[in-house]
Amino acid sequence: MSAMITLKNVSKWYGDFQVLTDCSTAVEKGEVVVVCGPSGSGKSTLIKTVNALEPFQKGEIIVDGMSVGDPKTDLPKLRARIGMVFQNFELFPHLSITENLTIAQERVLGRSKDEARQKGLHYLDRVGLKAHAAKFPGQLSGGQQQRVAIARALSMDPIAMLFDEPTSALDPEMVNEVLDVMVELAHEGMTMMCVTHEMGFARKVANRVIFMDKGAIVEDCAKEEFFGDIKARSERAQHFLSKILQH
Amino acid sequence: MNYNWDWNVFFKSTGIGKEIYLDWFISGLGWTIAVALAGWIIALALGSVLGVMRTLPNKWAARIATTYVELFRNVPLLVQLFIWYFLVPDLLPERAQIWFKQDLSPATSAYLSVVVCLGLFTAARVCEQVRTGIQALPKGQNYAAMAMGFQQAQVYRYVLLPQAFRIIIPPLTSEFLNIFKNSSVASLIGLMELLAQTKQTAEFSANLFEAFTLATVIYFVLNMSLMKFMGWVETRLRVPGMMGGAK
Repeated sequence: MSAMITLKNVSKWYGDFQVLTDCSTAVEKGEVVVVCGPSGSGKSTLIKTVNALEPFQKGEIIVDGMSVGDPKTDLPKLRARIGMVFQNFELFPHLSITENLTIAQERVLGRSKDEARQKGLHYLDRVGLKAHAAKFPGQLSGGQQQRVAIARALSMDPIAMLFDEPTSALDPEMVNEVLDVMVELAHEGMTMMCVTHEMGFARKVANRVIFMDKGAIVEDCAKEEFFGDIKARSERAQHFLSKILQH
Repeated sequence: MNYNWDWNVFFKSTGIGKEIYLDWFISGLGWTIAVALAGWIIALALGSVLGVMRTLPNKWAARIATTYVELFRNVPLLVQLFIWYFLVPDLLPERAQIWFKQDLSPATSAYLSVVVCLGLFTAARVCEQVRTGIQALPKGQNYAAMAMGFQQAQVYRYVLLPQAFRIIIPPLTSEFLNIFKNSSVASLIGLMELLAQTKQTAEFSANLFEAFTLATVIYFVLNMSLMKFMGWVETRLRVPGMMGGAK
């Protein structure tokens, strides 16, 4: 069986500046892959190429058998099947929490108002926020907003979830409530690709860890291997790990 | 200054039928409102389309809208009015020319010219405000909407424009007032709106000061009311927790 997400030699340039260099990896169905690396290493750009939020100039990305770079691919349709969670939550501030959960179900998937509402509230309940259904995003804390954002993505019944630094904009005390939801999701078998610096999360649920530097994938190995023998890692990865694992 | 104010002048007969001078002002105000509102509808509709075009990834759409703005913003309003009223009709096909110059009453043809002129002129200004409103939104909003599978038109319809319009209500209000004030240029092509009636009253009655004082008061009260109205609209559309809306 082929992987859920496959990247083959993906390269991307902003003008003359190369931001991604020959990135290749694969995420199997049900697998959790954590992508880490210093800022500016291209992690966020890489994850955004998976659902074509960022175009790439060379290489190939296949998601569930569909080629992302193929001009014939219906990108909105492809994107609707992949859930994405952003660093700054990106809930729609002018819509209530319920509307945030239902709008794409209705307008993209064509679900009825009732069905969308039922589904949305089900996931809102799962992230523990059912009581806030009638509020607006600006009335919730960062952690709560991010949990709503996860519920919003899940309401679309995605085949995979992409997380782009989901906890880096949160106050420290709110990080865990979001990670708890993500851990639960991983245990349920959701296919996940997560850009994060939360090494505790990686240790707990990741199958594989990818380390990026200067737009290239430097390490791509099983979690046990990545955290097991630090000395066997590349110099750059060792340096990075020594900085973030110290405390 | 030794001037004998005579406020009763407005209730005196104009010598034409049973009309008193006040009737002229009322009729003039009616034309002013009719010109401004019709022009505003054009400005808002066209300006919104152009504003969106300026933010599209399609370079040609953006270029066309930019050219429009530069053209209509850099030529004086009065020049534009004379072009629409004196020049453009001569460029029309013969049948349209006859219709415009002979079938229509002079008031109607002047009205059409000034509505088109003000509508297109103000559209350039509305365009710039819509553009800044959209560009003021975090880029992540666009990403989030696309990631959920929205088509580009849906991204604007459900996510970007509802937020952008809320942001630009204050500058849009001043543009709304401007079109009422700018409508006074219609007096120069013989449309008997408020300013033209004021001048006519001043000439007929020789009560220059009273006539212009009343016109000033009418313009002032009109614009103050519009401002209050837009303030009410802004309050109605305020979202809790968004842009300083109470939580």
